[in-house]
Amino acid sequence: MTSQETFERLAARFPRFELAYVEGKDPSIVVKAENLVELAQYLRDQQEYDYCSSITAVDYPDRFEVVYHLYSMKNEGGPAILKVHADRDNPQVPSVTSIWTGADWQEREAWDLMGIRFPGHPNLKRILMWEGYEGHPLRKDFPGPQDEYTFS
Amino acid sequence: MTQEDLVPPELKRNVFVAPVDWIYNLGRAGSVWPIMFGLACCAFEMIVTLTSRFDLARFGMEFMRASPRQSELMIISGTVTKKMAPQVVRLYDQMPEPKYVLAMGACAISGGPFKDGYNVVPGVDRLLPVNVYVPGCPPRPESLLDGVLKLHQQIRGETILTSPWYRKGVERELPVPECGPWGLVLPKGEESA
Repeated sequence: MTSQETFERLAARFPRFELAYVEGKDPSIVVKAENLVELAQYLRDQQEYDYCSSITAVDYPDRFEVVYHLYSMKNEGGPAILKVHADRDNPQVPSVTSIWTGADWQEREAWDLMGIRFPGHPNLKRILMWEGYEGHPLRKDFPGPQDEYTFS
Repeated sequence: MTQEDLVPPELKRNVFVAPVDWIYNLGRAGSVWPIMFGLACCAFEMIVTLTSRFDLARFGMEFMRASPRQSELMIISGTVTKKMAPQVVRLYDQMPEPKYVLAMGACAISGGPFKDGYNVVPGVDRLLPVNVYVPGCPPRPESLLDGVLKLHQQIRGETILTSPWYRKGVERELPVPECGPWGLVLPKGEESA
């Protein structure tokens, strides 16, 4: 099943949701954060996208974008790429750990390195950096290492 | 009259006269035990150096010791991240003297491709005194063996009179850095190596 077909099924099933289809080498579906959990539930249960292989985040000048790559183990289908926009000041995207358990650490990584909060996550704390670290290193405005162990 | 002449002629074939340093260092260089300790991909080259194809045991490194208290060589095999740095220094502090450090690969020497990174110590010599640097990314097992032989040369060149291990009043314990809000910080009043 191609992304186009997935998008058309989603659009037919959820006519009131604001969805957008983005053409490209890897076509993707842009969804609203408030609809994400419901769409994800539908994609897993009715469209058999049973495997969420990666959750990652991108820092754009005007927004953050969380990207989900979904595959189907049963139908050997995918990827279906979901993109969710989050505002720069207080980026929040609902957690999908209740749907794909494997999203747990991926969301923690996105929080740790990009600073995106996932309300509904059972244990949202840093995963790569240590507790007590300030800032989110993969953001474009991260100042870089500030300690004395800096390459010069 | 030399020392050799002190040996009775009938014992000449059985008695060998040498400086204490020479015989002592020969024994030490012949059994340098590394600590079983790998940090990143260089660790795999280190592991393969131990296997029968390259056979580190030829040089007296019979096995990696799983405890810092039984080892005298620390092979820094890979990237030292700031999260791991306190544990690395803590392991080094626990090793009995004399102890040596071999920095293996570009990351351990200078941070390598990650030197500008937010979580990489740019060279383990910021934390520990390094005896041998083995360049490469990762170094081939032959390079590591060469570095080990260089370390043996260093050990053979030491004398009991001047090596730091046997002096009094030398500060032996290195300060363990801590993970702070902006990166690694040393405890108050301490300076790095």
